[in-house]
Amino acid sequence: MDDLETFRQEVRAWLEAQCPSEMRQPVRNEDDICWGGRKFRFQSEAQRLWLTRMGEKGWTVPEWPREYGGGGLSREQAKVLRQEMQALGCRVPLQSFGIWMLGPALLKFGTEQQKREHLPRIARGEIRWCQGYSEPNAGSDLASLQTRADERGDHFVVNGQKVWTSYADKADWIFCLVRTDFAAQKHTGISFLLFDMETPGVSTRPIVLISGKSPFCETFFDDVVVPRGNLVGEPNGGWTIAKYLLTHEREMISAIGSRGQRPPMGRLARDTLGQNERGEVDAPMLRAQIATFEIDEVAFGLAGERAVDLARQGEGIAAFSSVLKYYGAELNKRRYELLMSIGGSEALEWESERSQDGATARGWLRSKANSIEGGTSEVQLNIVAKRLLGLPGA
Amino acid sequence: MAIVLNQTQEMLRDSALAFLRESAPVAMLRKLRDTRDETGFSIQLWKDFAGLGFAGVLIPEQYGGSELGVVEAGVLMEALGRTLAPTPFFSTALLGASLISRCGSEAQKAKLLPAIAAGKHLTALAIDESAAHRPERQALRGAQQDGGYVLNGAKVFVIDGHIADTLIVVGRTSGDTADPDGITLFLVPRGSDGVDIERTVMADARNAARVRFRDVRVDAGAVLGRVGGGAAMLDQVLDIARAALASELVGIADEAFERTLQYLKERRQFGNIIGEFQALQHRAAHLFSEIEITRAAVLRSQQLLDESPAQPVALVSAAKARAGSTATLAVQEGVQMHGGIGMTDEFEIGFYMKRACAAQTLLGDTHFHAHRWATLRGY
Repeated sequence: MDDLETFRQEVRAWLEAQCPSEMRQPVRNEDDICWGGRKFRFQSEAQRLWLTRMGEKGWTVPEWPREYGGGGLSREQAKVLRQEMQALGCRVPLQSFGIWMLGPALLKFGTEQQKREHLPRIARGEIRWCQGYSEPNAGSDLASLQTRADERGDHFVVNGQKVWTSYADKADWIFCLVRTDFAAQKHTGISFLLFDMETPGVSTRPIVLISGKSPFCETFFDDVVVPRGNLVGEPNGGWTIAKYLLTHEREMISAIGSRGQRPPMGRLARDTLGQNERGEVDAPMLRAQIATFEIDEVAFGLAGERAVDLARQGEGIAAFSSVLKYYGAELNKRRYELLMSIGGSEALEWESERSQDGATARGWLRSKANSIEGGTSEVQLNIVAKRLLGLPGA
Repeated sequence: MAIVLNQTQEMLRDSALAFLRESAPVAMLRKLRDTRDETGFSIQLWKDFAGLGFAGVLIPEQYGGSELGVVEAGVLMEALGRTLAPTPFFSTALLGASLISRCGSEAQKAKLLPAIAAGKHLTALAIDESAAHRPERQALRGAQQDGGYVLNGAKVFVIDGHIADTLIVVGRTSGDTADPDGITLFLVPRGSDGVDIERTVMADARNAARVRFRDVRVDAGAVLGRVGGGAAMLDQVLDIARAALASELVGIADEAFERTLQYLKERRQFGNIIGEFQALQHRAAHLFSEIEITRAAVLRSQQLLDESPAQPVALVSAAKARAGSTATLAVQEGVQMHGGIGMTDEFEIGFYMKRACAAQTLLGDTHFHAHRWATLRGY
């Protein structure tokens, strides 16, 4: 038996012993998702226990080094862990922007002290992070951001406004792009700062979206004092980090299309709409669209896997994440359009218990942001055209 | 298994492509078309191709083949798609070789496989009876008589049927047209009495034929595989051929796209190269995304066929469906972005458009396979 197979058996035994049975039920709604942080209220003791156990093991971030709170696993081992968790139906113990975005950036660009201070707390779910990127006048043209940080000896003073700050009202710390050189070209005057959201001068205001929910906030900075040690990377070198981190954000958004164990759409349609004497969904035009969607969905999932495989053998192309982001976002929008068609009038229910407070309709509306956030679909196509196809301009 | 080609497969791809670009550029197909060549492909090219071991890609070593897998067959089909090289690879090395290897008797294998691997024997699968691909509907009758069979019926879209040495005929020895049981495969020499062949030159300048069988007598030794059990054998082999056609379509899409991209970087209008226009950039970027996503699905479906040869693989239908629509998009964008010159026969992009449509149609188009996907997935 090879090492990986031994590891698989150990993982399975550990998960079977340590994962509470409640944490092996499918996630019912957003409240079942654990984001961690100082303000997080656990839904159950099982949820708390599961996070603690996985955090201690470092398996909330399996591939991070052990000295920073990670599991120290190889890619192959981490894949085995994911597969075994899926096989047992274990919920993801913790998800956060710290894991998906800041962590990888700190591992690459952070000082030793920054890594030791922040990474273990991300891994254990103690600190929840939000991302301060977009501004009212810096959306697709992110590099034109105007939030300023003025250097005052051992600290910076930050002033300005961010928008579309996901979960800023629930987050403990922010990683933030600020302008530190107003004379330089727009890409070269930006720095990357970390600070506590409880610092005096930080305030947030949730924005109500078309889904009726408020996952995003406006965030205001009014003479916020940030220690110099919280600068990541070089002064005015923040754009490099921002781009690196955006690649991870794109991968995260593109993964939305494939995350979680939802029932296959075709069978959902069959069960909801009934079938004809040949066992086919009793709505032929819809059935055809669902089949096309499912085919694109499975192909997209495989393209994501292939991108990882290529990266592993050193043939990965960073800009390919733009292909996945573009396609994954559009795919998820198609998914929800079809779910609305399958659900009919029931899917329109907005407040009933039956509809879990309009989960389908709200999810449908939420999905419209997929092709806007993290760089619009149009921006992704610009990146593909320029970086992958070598077309000029853009 | 990682969804990438391994080093040996990459070498195969590079050597096949180098050989085909050198010996069989699109100009060869054009010449065969314009001279109304009776064979429709170059016999010498096929012998050279066989000499490189490519004709025996799916034939066991003991019968003179190179005994590689479906992934390798796909690698070769992709190269054929890029160059549009006219060969009987599909009819003979894919369909004929895999049917005979998997279902043939020892005598049939010993007689046919070494000759196929050497490029000296051609086969053609006579399966379709209607213009639409409906493999489950088979009406051609094989009636038992004097210890043998008498075949009556008609087939269409028999690829390389006018030139094949052996026709592999899908017939029915019992049951009604749509009955899954009762399908039997027969090996019929092309020159047999009662076999009437009409060559049908197709839009892509490749060969097909309409074949009529009138009281064609074959002996019991002509049966390939189990009497009445042909449906299951066909399913497996059709899936191998479909996955390989998907590779051909990826090759076509890739080549059409690369040529178009090159044109976008050269052609000037309004004082700019047209590749500077965002309207075209976004369409090119979208097409690139479609091709790369299709490529992953096609390769994985072939890996699955190699891993579990006896399992039905729904992913093959996903791959063929996507490859068909991706290649269709690629050639349409190719012609459109080339503008007027793309419409001329002198220019080669049109050859890719025609072949894409034929490869899309062969063994089930996008609609057929989306339907089949839904059926296999239980809805």
